[in-house]
Amino acid sequence: MTKKQKRMLCRIIISAVVFAVGLALGIVFPDSTGVMSGLFYVRTGLLLASYLIAGFDVLLKAVRNILHGQVFDENFLMTIASIGAVVIGEYSEGAAVMIFYQVGELFQSVAVGKSRQSIADMMDINPEYANVEREGIVTEVDPEEVAVGETVVIKPGERIPLDGEVIFGSSGLNTAALTGESAPRDVTAGDEVISGCVNTDGLLKIRVTKPYSDSTVAKILELVENSSESKAKTENFITRFAKVYTPIVVIAAVLLAVLPSVFIGITSGEWKWSDWVYRALTFLVVSCPCALVISVPLSYFGGIGGASRHGIMIKGANYLEQLQKAKTFVFDKTGTLTKGSFAVTETHAIGISERELLSFCAAAEQISQHPIARSIVDAAKETGELPQTSDASETAGFGVETVIDGRKTAVGNSRLMEKVGAHADETEKAGTVVHCAVDGEYCGYILVSDEIKENSRSALSELKEMGAEKLVMLTGDREVTAKAVANTVGLDEVRSQLLPDGKLNALEEIYSAKSPNTTLVYIGDGMNDAPSLARADVGIAMGALGSGAAIEAADIVLMNDDISNLPLAVRTARKTHSIVMQNIIFALAVKAAVLILAALGIGNMWLAVFADVGVSVIAILNAMRCMRTGKKASL
Amino acid sequence: MKKTFKLIDLDCANCAAKMEDAIKKIDGVKSASVNFMTQKMTLEADDDRFDSILKDAVKVCKKVEPDCEIVVK
Repeated sequence: MTKKQKRMLCRIIISAVVFAVGLALGIVFPDSTGVMSGLFYVRTGLLLASYLIAGFDVLLKAVRNILHGQVFDENFLMTIASIGAVVIGEYSEGAAVMIFYQVGELFQSVAVGKSRQSIADMMDINPEYANVEREGIVTEVDPEEVAVGETVVIKPGERIPLDGEVIFGSSGLNTAALTGESAPRDVTAGDEVISGCVNTDGLLKIRVTKPYSDSTVAKILELVENSSESKAKTENFITRFAKVYTPIVVIAAVLLAVLPSVFIGITSGEWKWSDWVYRALTFLVVSCPCALVISVPLSYFGGIGGASRHGIMIKGANYLEQLQKAKTFVFDKTGTLTKGSFAVTETHAIGISERELLSFCAAAEQISQHPIARSIVDAAKETGELPQTSDASETAGFGVETVIDGRKTAVGNSRLMEKVGAHADETEKAGTVVHCAVDGEYCGYILVSDEIKENSRSALSELKEMGAEKLVMLTGDREVTAKAVANTVGLDEVRSQLLPDGKLNALEEIYSAKSPNTTLVYIGDGMNDAPSLARADVGIAMGALGSGAAIEAADIVLMNDDISNLPLAVRTARKTHSIVMQNIIFALAVKAAVLILAALGIGNMWLAVFADVGVSVIAILNAMRCMRTGKKASL
Repeated sequence: MKKTFKLIDLDCANCAAKMEDAIKKIDGVKSASVNFMTQKMTLEADDDRFDSILKDAVKVCKKVEPDCEIVVK
């Protein structure tokens, strides 16, 4: 609790004690409620004192705000309601209303403060200092003061303050704050590191490559800080609603105080104000729209904060709102559904073992720098040492010829096989085919393709389960390859062999075909698809860690490569939305109920204060649930 | 020019909305947002008049919520 809150708590306790004494007097000496009794003055004095102790600041604020032209604020309303109660002789009601109101305000301020703090802590990736090494002396400075090219020392447990390259040491980096990934990433001299990660074990020295303002941390912080600027439609609606709600309730209260009394007075000749005035005062108590106004942005803020814990950066509450309605998902292929790196997917050996085929090919391909060659080498190294080669030569457009164990080995495409006189098998399968022949004898082929991410299929089927109507993939790749990916991961539609601008046209077509009132999401890796990211209702960039361009182009950024974060983001959006809706409906329903009961003369001001404060607190606690959306969690 | 300021003791969401409204009405303000959650105010206004606009903004905020303080760096 802050000092201000503690002071308030003291005042409430003193006021409550005085109030209790006053109330007890009335119970112990029932006669004292009689106007003429001397005890009446003591009792009234106590209740008034408790009223003032609890509410003097509210009264002051109300007066001050009226002088400033702010009429319909909560202080004013509470003042009128409580003074009204005192005027019609309900001293205990007046004091109680004020005490409960203050209890509620205190509770609200503590709850909001706590939630705000916990969300803010979660998103705290800001490095506070940098240990910069200047002329051999290490000094602690503000990261903003470090220039590009300077050396920064990062001790275990410290956050990397700036993007850079490791020049000394090796360590595991905890990227959880950025990516939600808990496994540490190992880095060693020569590796690029990004700011915001925490150094876990060894001492690292890095050479700074970017000034603080361009660093990953600054980019992300900017994104998070601005995220609540683009407000959701629901949020704007509630703010507008709050503006008209209070005056309407106040006017209704005035009418309720005057009209029935006048009507009864005229018809029966009996003028009794207090009953209807009391009912009207109860109206005023619930006229504050606080529960709504607080809980809606708090829910969105919680949702955005909770998502950020998994490395999902959402640029604004409006995107959460859009994502919640998403039914059409358009995927880019490379780097999104697939890893964007090549890998051996099949070995088809003839006459030799599959291991031999792989190691022959790898041995030959060692001299090549092509990504396909690298993938074969990587795959073979996992199974063991590569055989020695001699006289290796690479012919562009054919492949590699070499000598392994004294036997002439050719590794390459079908043209190379023809050249060495081997008869190559053809395949209809997707991917790039690398054939192998030893001494002119065909030995089989290796199929190399862009590997599909392990969780693409499960992520997509999860989206389907959540009611996605259409999953589409756009790619510039061959049809065979595209179809194969589509079948493996479970897509509804594939558009292949698209030129870069064809992607946008395809997106437009899909756009016009989607059902109304739903939204379209485009998921890409942020490379070359900025127009598509911008065109979609929600553009999501994947694997954006370290890619400033992707962070800028997208509405939602998945910091790591994990596509299972996509359904998680959708789930967070839906959960947040349903919590917002629950809060709005719940708050309005309770307020409406209190208004109706008050108008009918059932219930009293205490009930109204309880209802009003209770709704706010429940709404705040409910909003906090937005923070906690786990993977595969049930709603 | 766009600048962000910290707000201290902004403890009512409705007031934040009112402050935002009031600041937006100041002449020369291009955009303004008062964020209850992050307790921050973002103000975008003409460069040459920024300081005087900021003063006005502080003034109108005081009117709406006298307890709330804008930290002007």
